[in-house]
Amino acid sequence: MRYSIASLLKETLRGHRGWTPAWRDPAPKAEYDVLIVGGGGHGLATAHYLASRHGIANVAVLEKGYLGSGNAGRNTTIIRSNYLLPGNTPFYELSMKLWEGLEEDLNYNAMVSQRGVINLYHSDAQRDAFARRGNAMRLAGVDAELLGREQVRAMLPFFDYDNARFPIRGGLLQRRGGTARHDAVAWGYARAADSRGVDLIQNCEVTGIAIAGGRAIGVETARGPIRATKIALAVAGNSSRVAAMAGLRLPIESHVLQAFVSEGLKPLIDTVVTFGAGHFYVSQSDKGGLVFGGDIDGYNSYAQRGNLPVIEDVMEAGMGLWPGLGRLRVLRHWGGVMDMSMDGSPIIDLAPVEGLYLNAGWCYGGFKATPASGFCFAHLIATGKPHPVAAAYRLDRFATGHLIDEKGAGAQPNLH
Amino acid sequence: MRITCPHCGARDAQEFSYLGAADLARPDGMAASEAAMVDYVYLRDNPRGRHRELWYHGAGCRAWLVVGRDTFTHAVISVEPAKRHAGGAA
Ligand SMILES: Cc1cc2nc3c(=O)[nH]c(=O)nc-3n(C[C@H](O)[C@H](O)[C@H](O)COP(=O)(O)OP(=O)(O)OC[C@H]3O[C@@H](n4cnc5c(N)ncnc54)[C@H](O)[C@@H]3O)c2cc1C
Ligand SMILES: [Zn+2]
Repeated sequence: MRYSIASLLKETLRGHRGWTPAWRDPAPKAEYDVLIVGGGGHGLATAHYLASRHGIANVAVLEKGYLGSGNAGRNTTIIRSNYLLPGNTPFYELSMKLWEGLEEDLNYNAMVSQRGVINLYHSDAQRDAFARRGNAMRLAGVDAELLGREQVRAMLPFFDYDNARFPIRGGLLQRRGGTARHDAVAWGYARAADSRGVDLIQNCEVTGIAIAGGRAIGVETARGPIRATKIALAVAGNSSRVAAMAGLRLPIESHVLQAFVSEGLKPLIDTVVTFGAGHFYVSQSDKGGLVFGGDIDGYNSYAQRGNLPVIEDVMEAGMGLWPGLGRLRVLRHWGGVMDMSMDGSPIIDLAPVEGLYLNAGWCYGGFKATPASGFCFAHLIATGKPHPVAAAYRLDRFATGHLIDEKGAGAQPNLH
Repeated sequence: MRITCPHCGARDAQEFSYLGAADLARPDGMAASEAAMVDYVYLRDNPRGRHRELWYHGAGCRAWLVVGRDTFTHAVISVEPAKRHAGGAA
């Protein structure tokens, strides 16, 4: 069923009894051309682009829980392409362009909202760094504006501009950045992939990878063995564990990032703001809650929950930027397990085991990458060659020295 | 999370800084192969479950500790001074 004003009106008149499930619930077949492990945004996007751009639809997505139960449904929904380094800028800009056409492509309302993203600066040095980043973006054809303090104040009047430690001096604004409804992104890709014949198989944890003659030939799952010509891993947060099933060790540690939502408010802030000095970022959801977060907990963790010290830290940073926050109640908080790579950048590459493909290391920034990640991963799986804009995301860059260290934090995953 | 420091007793994890896996052996300088060095600097086991890791008690005795911890439950299983563990090399 295609969604449209006409279908909505028709269903309204019928009391909304005619809507059908957005995807099938098929039993796994014995064999597929491509198996995608992980039914998060990236896995589902990969399935969609494999089917729609490369005509490969004999594909199954295997998800251990329900679709979108990982970070796809746990992130703070920010999308942007304000990166500095040449390996990153074109990739995230492709993602931004795909976001801009996503809802038409999928026939699904993903609530893509280009409300703008402002990175605040608090010192001359930070302003210079942001000016440099803005210039790099504009050279790569990405929009960027450097705002002064009064321009920021006009947009966001209630912040503390005279904070003794981190006075707000201005910000780098990307107007095309913003937010998208994270669950709907996963659901939209799922529905689009399913409509082209991709099997979405939930409650199907992959517990082993079968290897014969040095080649990956299938997987063991909670619902029995499944064979495939190509096996693609998109298991953010669990990449080390799943890759270990094929004997691989990755340059990745798993860490937890928490997020918070306040009680609902009237419209108060119409953009996304990041307060780098205190590591805090905030936006307002369309339901009215303030959505915010800060640092990772900082030690290896597979628990999908955080610990109190970081909660305290995030609240402190928030109050430093925006004293009025202290009047609000926090309704919910949760954590997600992320693949922190050693240079803070992702990996989209052939694995050292033939027939195996890797999509990993998204750290806490991979939601914005969802469309381009799926697009480029599908390209790699279909053609065996990296897509030009993702060519830098090689696994061997750690050996060759071609790191993409956007933050300059070295091989310290808990600092990226 | 609380870590029982052998010198200071049970303390909030906030008093400590984290450095990652404890059992990485640095290959010997000039003799080390490139592969061994890549392994040491970048590759990790990253288990879900028991993990031996280095924590620094910066707000206490300022000793490095080797902490055995479950990365899924966050339970701290063992704590020992890093000195004893690595013969002083940590
Ligand atoms: C609190 C928080 C806030 C964030 N905020 C942002 C943000 O504002 N902007 C941004 O760009 N990024 C953000 N991120 C990061 C972003 O969410 C992730 O980088 C991105 O979602 C990862 O890709 P994914 O969607 O495919 O992962 P996931 O949704 O995690 O998909 C992986 C899937 O694999 C499944 N899986 C794992 N192991 C197996 C197995 N053995 N067998 C079968 N299935 C398996 C999991 O259940 C999961 O569903 C945030 C993350 C968190 C946790
Ligand atoms: Zn101590």
